[in-house]
Amino acid sequence: MARYGMVIDTVRCVGCMDCVVACKTENEVPEGLNRDWIAYETRGKHPTLQMEIRTERCNHCDEPPCVTCCPTGASHVEDFGRIVLVTHQECIGCKACLASCPYDARFVHPEGYADKCTFCIHRVKDGLDPACVAVCPTHCMHFGDFDDPNSVVSRLLASRRHHALLVAAGTAPRIFYLD
Amino acid sequence: MDPLSRRRFLKISSATLGLAAGGGALAGAARAVSSSAASTPPTGLQKVPTFCDICFWKCGAIAYVRDGELWKIEGNPDDPLSRGRLCPRGTGGIGAHRDADRLRTPLIRRRNRGDEEWAAVTWDEALGHVAEKMQAIKSRHGPEAVALFSHGIGGNFLKHTLRAYGAINFAAPSFAQCRGPRDVGFHLTFGDGVSSPERTDIRNARCLVLIGSHLGENMHNTQVQEFADAVGNGATVIVVDPRFSIAAGKAKHYLPIKPGTDLALLLAWMHVIVSEKLYDQDYVAQHGFGFEQFAASLVGYTPEWAYPETGIQPEVIRETAREMARYRPATLVHPGRHATWYGDDAQRSRGIALLNALLGSWGRKGGFYVPASMDVPEYPYPPYPTSEKPQVDNPGGRYPFALEAITTGIREATVTGQPYPVKGWFVYATNLIHALPNEAETIRAIQNLDLMVVVDVIPSEIAGWADVVLPESVYLERYDDLNVEWFREPFIALRQPVVESPHDQKPNWWIARELALKLGLGTYYPWRHVEEYLDTRLKGAGLSLAELKTKGIVGGGTPPVFFDEGVAPEFPTPSGKIEFYSLQLQEKGFDPVPRYKKPPEGPPGTFRLLYGRAPVHSFSRTQTNPILHDMMSENAVWVNADVAVRYGLKTGDVVRLKNQDGVVSRPVKVLATERIRPDCVYLVHGFGHTATRLRRAYGKGASDAQLITRYETDPLMGGTGMNVNFVSLEVES
Repeated sequence: MARYGMVIDTVRCVGCMDCVVACKTENEVPEGLNRDWIAYETRGKHPTLQMEIRTERCNHCDEPPCVTCCPTGASHVEDFGRIVLVTHQECIGCKACLASCPYDARFVHPEGYADKCTFCIHRVKDGLDPACVAVCPTHCMHFGDFDDPNSVVSRLLASRRHHALLVAAGTAPRIFYLD
Repeated sequence: MDPLSRRRFLKISSATLGLAAGGGALAGAARAVSSSAASTPPTGLQKVPTFCDICFWKCGAIAYVRDGELWKIEGNPDDPLSRGRLCPRGTGGIGAHRDADRLRTPLIRRRNRGDEEWAAVTWDEALGHVAEKMQAIKSRHGPEAVALFSHGIGGNFLKHTLRAYGAINFAAPSFAQCRGPRDVGFHLTFGDGVSSPERTDIRNARCLVLIGSHLGENMHNTQVQEFADAVGNGATVIVVDPRFSIAAGKAKHYLPIKPGTDLALLLAWMHVIVSEKLYDQDYVAQHGFGFEQFAASLVGYTPEWAYPETGIQPEVIRETAREMARYRPATLVHPGRHATWYGDDAQRSRGIALLNALLGSWGRKGGFYVPASMDVPEYPYPPYPTSEKPQVDNPGGRYPFALEAITTGIREATVTGQPYPVKGWFVYATNLIHALPNEAETIRAIQNLDLMVVVDVIPSEIAGWADVVLPESVYLERYDDLNVEWFREPFIALRQPVVESPHDQKPNWWIARELALKLGLGTYYPWRHVEEYLDTRLKGAGLSLAELKTKGIVGGGTPPVFFDEGVAPEFPTPSGKIEFYSLQLQEKGFDPVPRYKKPPEGPPGTFRLLYGRAPVHSFSRTQTNPILHDMMSENAVWVNADVAVRYGLKTGDVVRLKNQDGVVSRPVKVLATERIRPDCVYLVHGFGHTATRLRRAYGKGASDAQLITRYETDPLMGGTGMNVNFVSLEVES
């Protein structure tokens, strides 16, 4: 069984937001809301500066607090790829998952359910990359199966220095950033 | 300077095309736009190939229509420019179709110019009114008194109608307000320009030098993709910018230059490379003209001399110069694009060209390739009327090296009536209020007109000053002229309608043709529908419209593009060589080799106003696009963090900017950041809209253009250097 995740090369990323736009059009995310976003981290004093740019979204954690805290079972881990999803009809909009997510990756959709990145499961089932990965003009994003040691994502993690976000939260995130 | 000196590929028959099968996935695709579309809405998924118009890069795209509704746009994998991946603006292009603020119907002005009060009229009324006014201008002043300002490929048909009418004055801000100085500087040196898309081989560069060019924010798709490739391959990146740009974050060397002193740095770099004999001596000996005089002129420009000018330490200048030399000829000193900065821009661009010449990068892998194009004959129109009068924009050739018409020259003639009156303006797809410096002068010119027509998709500021506004279909709803691209992989691309226009908008070809008919110029339109025009041109190239409608793009293979691959080095300069020393410049009284002049400082307590691009917007024309607006709804003024502390400002506080002439901006939020020098502030261009009908964008952020009341005209070519304005921070109480 696959365990999907992402490896994102911060060396190549220019923070252009194409991933954000592609997600919005692919998934018809309502105006004013985004399932992914860009974070800039600048360190130092002018002119001696370092900057990391990251495209961020739901980390589809191995230990997802949004799933354990959900009172209805709407938030769940799919068998397909271990992707964390929300069943819209079962969600009561209580926002417990919003509070539990260390990445602030969730929002309430105007239709009343908790919403977030789905790893474009509808595309992945068709053998495509998620929309954000497929659109990226810098080719900085990679999507694949961490349980397969020969996948591009596994090989990138094995060969390059990398980090994940808020590891101390203990949720075992599945999005990694190459340094 | 003859553009035909570039190699032209002879007709390539479709049977030989490597990409002929590439569009297979699209073959037989149904289309949302068809004669039966009105009766039965199509169901299911259609994929329609076209090319983008959110900027001028013209990336190949595939539009997805689901159950008759536009869903999304992706890059066309067959397109050499996008390689199947659009930029964020292109991906958000469906927002242009959905934009609730679009112009919907032709409008005629009811009250004073600029009042934005209109009567909605039929196309027949609007075009009848325009034609009547044009005939009146022609009989009083001659057809030369009607001028066209345009941007992009969409202006081609309107240009055709106006040429048929007898007009001769056509200008685009893309020359005198943008890339003009760069192209002139390179022409004077190599005999050829940088063209668009730029002939830069970024992907193979081992050392890439960016001077103010902020790739990654400036989102010209191919270049950004290749920039990421170069960075990913470990190329040494050197960034020169008063602002720590996105590209600076990828750089091995970031040089935080004092604004306006770039030529001092270029001269010092060349001093090091020449004095240490690090240049490509064979290349220079073989192709160079006047090298000895050029080398002698550099003697005084030591890194120690440049230090107090630029703020860049001598050892950094030496180290970066040596690094460039180490990787030559695969060192690309990027020529930039928006180069109208300080008024000495053609000479600065010549400095960039000369540095590339020393490194031997022109015509070499990792430097500049030699582009090629497929041969598509023009449509066989009758000849246009000729005029005795010269073009109005550059009287007496006062800017002797202008390669194209100068917008601000037409504006000046409109104000002064010299060398002859200009009484009619057509403005196509360019918001002159944001594109030209000194808005007051533009408005003064407009007040002298008998006719002011704007053709656009949104009610921009310039539309607000029109007598007649003609609403154009957006690119996803129309055909345009063919894109016959000059690139390393030449190709032909078709723009075609994907969906219907939602209101009474019309494609530009229809507008241009109907206007011609009203002017009695029907003989210039032997075709009735643009499909006939396109098919005729394509047949001339051994192709057909049907083929292009299915594939979107037909490629011409991968010809050799470097000297080392067998392309003959050609330098169409007067000497036939790379002109290190320019006799042309000398003859006209200009410096034959670039010479540094100190830029004027601003008044105390002011900051130099700099501006640039954001990746999610094009000029001032995308701020009402609901998707792109959602990505960035306003700009902020970048203020150095220490300066912000001194003014008691923090990020999110609101200020107004007041320029040296007392012009005050709209309120704008502060971005207090380490990413900019303390002597300048920065705005992303295109915000601070004042047109009331741009409801989504109205009043959000500040307009750099409004504050650009002053400009320095480039004496070589008439470009308007616009980074010469200074602002103070007015803290809102």
